[in-house]
Amino acid sequence: MKNPPFEYHQPDTLEDAIQLLAVYGDEAKVLAGGQSLLPLMGLRLVRPSHVIDIGRVAGLGAISTESSGVSVGALVSHSMAERSEKLRTNAPLVHQAMPYVGHRAIRNRGTVCGSVAHADPAAEMPAVCRAAGASMIAVSSRGERAIEADEFFVGYLQTALDVDEILTEIRFPALAEGTGTAVVEVARRHGDYALVGLACSLTVESTITAAALSFFGAGSTPIRLGEVEQLLIGEEPNEAAFTTAAAAVRSSIEPSADVHGSANYRRYLAGVLTQRGLTQAASTVGVLA
Amino acid sequence: MTVSFTLNVNGAATEVSTEPRRTLSDVIREDLGLTGTHLGCEHGVCGACTVLLDGAPVRSCLTLAVQADGHEITTVEGLANGDELHPVQQAMHEAHGFQCAFCSPGFMLSTVALLAENPNPSRHEIREELSGNLCRCTGYHTILDGVEVAIRALASDGASGGGDA
Repeated sequence: MKNPPFEYHQPDTLEDAIQLLAVYGDEAKVLAGGQSLLPLMGLRLVRPSHVIDIGRVAGLGAISTESSGVSVGALVSHSMAERSEKLRTNAPLVHQAMPYVGHRAIRNRGTVCGSVAHADPAAEMPAVCRAAGASMIAVSSRGERAIEADEFFVGYLQTALDVDEILTEIRFPALAEGTGTAVVEVARRHGDYALVGLACSLTVESTITAAALSFFGAGSTPIRLGEVEQLLIGEEPNEAAFTTAAAAVRSSIEPSADVHGSANYRRYLAGVLTQRGLTQAASTVGVLA
Repeated sequence: MTVSFTLNVNGAATEVSTEPRRTLSDVIREDLGLTGTHLGCEHGVCGACTVLLDGAPVRSCLTLAVQADGHEITTVEGLANGDELHPVQQAMHEAHGFQCAFCSPGFMLSTVALLAENPNPSRHEIREELSGNLCRCTGYHTILDGVEVAIRALASDGASGGGDA
């Protein structure tokens, strides 16, 4: 595919990048790895007059740990995240999702922040952010703000980012002690977008004290099922509790149908993945009863 | 709008002046004349256009040429040493990993990068790392066999102190 024409900007600093975005607003798109943006442009699904390539902006390529958790900069590729010990120990969901994200060559170019800003509801990273309770740091010429994952994904390929904002960083909060996590999915072909997938976590102190179930490929945004999470709290982490949760997921989730799978099949898969994901999460902390 | 920059491909630097919208694959093929980089789907699915960017496989159809400024690109033309095939090329030849060979440049560059990072991958790891490359002829088994031939060839090259990889 051949990209439509655009004016190309290559700022060296974040300050220059946000000034450009302040000027061009919704006529501009931010380019990092380009693994979502370039296909969209090739297919003429987006046609920006200006492309702002942040690939050379200093200071956006770090994975750093803080007392409050771990942060991932806008230029951190999926491959960098996949190999990061800091993420494996502090934000294991990110690490666990990586084998499912595209293929090696896609992971080498595509960025974690880019996938989140693109907000494909069938992609892994948005659902991981919701499961982990991540904060998205948005910077514009008006200043910086943090947007909680629950507020960030507003619709199909739509986020709470304003047209003049750049997603510079994602912050994952520190894991509570006794927390196990898992990412599971069913795709027609390995590396394809999931038919349905689940990023989940369980915190256990003899019984379950916190749970997160974040589905992807099951709606127009990643979906948290708060009522099912509530059902798990106070239960022992065992097969019976997970079976009950799976049944509750099947009755509350409302996936849509497409050529790859019917709504009923996706609903069924969501239940299977609930059982599978929670079992894996419990086994990662060694608490499976 | 045109942008001017230096493209380093297979160790040779070329000054390029082009529209920023053009992909790395198009500039490599049309401006540099290196047509060994094949274009199948042109939207990141098939892997035929895979090149190495600083040693790591990337889709040249999903990379703007201007994004490669300042990086080292390796295409399939950069593998052989004159008339002497690269061990991965030789291995694919021996294992019948080529049929129509449209996908072969992408497969071989993905393989070179894989073996540079992990000289002895399992069959499962090979399948995983090559899963982004599609072949419509071979059924994949001979390609996977070729990777295993290359693993042995590179190991014995290393052991004898020779080798051109």
